[in-house]
Amino acid sequence: MSHQLDTRQSEYDIVVVGGGTAGPMAAIKAKERNPELRVLLLDKAHVKRSGAISMGMDGLNNAVVPGYATPEQYTKEITIANDGIVDQSTVYAYAKHSFTTIEQLDRWGVKFEKDANGDYAMRKVHHMGTYVLPMPEGHDVKKVLYRQLKRARVEITNRIIATRLLTAADGSVNGVMGFDSRTADFHVIRAKAVILACGAAGRLGLPASGYLMGTYENPTNAGDGYVMAYHAGAELANLECYQINPLIKDYNGPACAYVAGPLGGYTANSRGERFIECDYWSGQMMLEFYQELQGGNGPVFLKLNHLAEETIQTIETILHSNERPSRGQFHANRGTDYRHQMVEMHISEIGFCSGHSASGVHVNARAETTVAGLYAAGDMAAVPHNYMLGAFTYGWFAGHSAAERASSHDFSPVDAEQVARERARIYAPLLRDHGLPALQVEYKLRRFVNDYLQPPKVTRKYEIALDRFAEIGEDLAHLHASDAHELMRCAEASVIRDCAEMAARASLFRTESRWGLYHLRVDYPERNDAEWFCHAHLKKDESGRMSHHKRPVEPYIVPIAEQERDAYDRLRVAPKAPAEKTAATV
Amino acid sequence: MAFQPRTIAQFSEAAVTVDLDKCIAHKGCTVCIDVCPMDILDIDPQTGKAFMKRDECWYCLPCQKDCPTGAIHVAIPYLLR
Repeated sequence: MSHQLDTRQSEYDIVVVGGGTAGPMAAIKAKERNPELRVLLLDKAHVKRSGAISMGMDGLNNAVVPGYATPEQYTKEITIANDGIVDQSTVYAYAKHSFTTIEQLDRWGVKFEKDANGDYAMRKVHHMGTYVLPMPEGHDVKKVLYRQLKRARVEITNRIIATRLLTAADGSVNGVMGFDSRTADFHVIRAKAVILACGAAGRLGLPASGYLMGTYENPTNAGDGYVMAYHAGAELANLECYQINPLIKDYNGPACAYVAGPLGGYTANSRGERFIECDYWSGQMMLEFYQELQGGNGPVFLKLNHLAEETIQTIETILHSNERPSRGQFHANRGTDYRHQMVEMHISEIGFCSGHSASGVHVNARAETTVAGLYAAGDMAAVPHNYMLGAFTYGWFAGHSAAERASSHDFSPVDAEQVARERARIYAPLLRDHGLPALQVEYKLRRFVNDYLQPPKVTRKYEIALDRFAEIGEDLAHLHASDAHELMRCAEASVIRDCAEMAARASLFRTESRWGLYHLRVDYPERNDAEWFCHAHLKKDESGRMSHHKRPVEPYIVPIAEQERDAYDRLRVAPKAPAEKTAATV
Repeated sequence: MAFQPRTIAQFSEAAVTVDLDKCIAHKGCTVCIDVCPMDILDIDPQTGKAFMKRDECWYCLPCQKDCPTGAIHVAIPYLLR
């Protein structure tokens, strides 16, 4: 096919990249802060149905609701769940704003479960506090957001994949480059402030099914935001604290113990026995899960078949209409009925995600990255265990912070050389008349990620991985695309390769084990607080290579008592008395 | 003659199928194509109806749910079915 390869230039005060969860909130709040600003929301898919919550969400995992939890309690819980490596100022800022965000969403029309008195129907799932608020009718979240975007007069452009940020002479971010995944037009968008809300790096490991797009995260979330931030000079935090989730085997969607737990369901081993005290996802929980999978009592299941018919119907209604509604069809194909069989579970391939763990672009409590003019929010921004409500809240912060900058700064000149370089890089696969297909390169790359990076982490395997990823880097120079859509997959292959290298290097830097399975280094099996009670940051150095440094954990706002510190290390259900064991085997 | 590079196409069974009697894409409807996060649906120039063009489905269901005439069915892709 022939290509015009047009370059389109535009100018907005603020560009928000990513229209999933944090992005729409950021755009709306930026307009609210200063209605004079021109705000563009850019999405590689379509804002109506993009991102992690394209089909809605079945509950809030981290609601800090007065009467059930305090911001101090929540900050303490997350600090302990994340093995102490937390800048409490960011978690505390979220926690203090959490209820305001819920009330805002409620006013907009998002439906939360309420009791007979009209109060939020809070449930306990975490190890210590009560933070879960079910949303049995949460399938309309995206519709609600879309209505608010229109009302706030946010401009929206769909099907543009952002690939690199523009930087000014002083190092600040002053624009976004990308291309249209249908026409291949190249876009150069100048901006006074850019907010990245591009979701997790969800296409890093290869699902065990071998199906490239059978990921837990929406596969549009390839890690674009991580890579754009990296190449713009921003620091990324604790990438070695991977996202690994307990999922329905093969389907790779959440089993949703948060939904089933308060109704009596739980994670069980093959004997139908509980083996973890708490189903809240943490590195420690994943390690217990992994050990049970590998042990004689494995594999692991979601157990619901002891529940009453009415309860099972409630669970089915929620799970088969929210978040990943094709779950029901998957179970039907396999002949799995919650009433009669336990649901086989497995652990996911690796990814980066601060929404679930703690791997992300470093931000402070104003959603500012370490680069002026650049803000980040949602799964890609390093506020540990932030989930959907944290994405909305940090989107809100990012919108306000970016609006303040855009109201007091002017546009800075665009560097034509950066534009020319990126245009050439992006279009290269389209200009070759033959070469490697993007999806095959991606498959091989992600298989290497599984082979070498999936924990437990072995130093020599990680070193080999770096060689393989370098070779894939050379393969990228031979990619061939026959249309704009394939060109998008080529750009994503490059993103995934960069994320894979970051994952390997970040893991090698931290020579200890921490966060349970997320960073289990078998040749450094102990947690080493003397040397590693710190953040590990990764950034691009002057020579264009990945460099690392330690950053101290901020002094705690909420003190953690010595006896509370290891609460999440005691997740395994205490072994039964020997007499009982004998009885069970008879 | 030097060795000539060639490409080989492999086939997949489409996980997303369309009821051609119900689909109104030929009347200008593009709802399913618009909402697909992976952008894998398109209009078949032969029939004027929607079809699954690329084997990159996340089985997330916006296409099926948002179709105004109930013309879309999403099956779980074979590899993980």
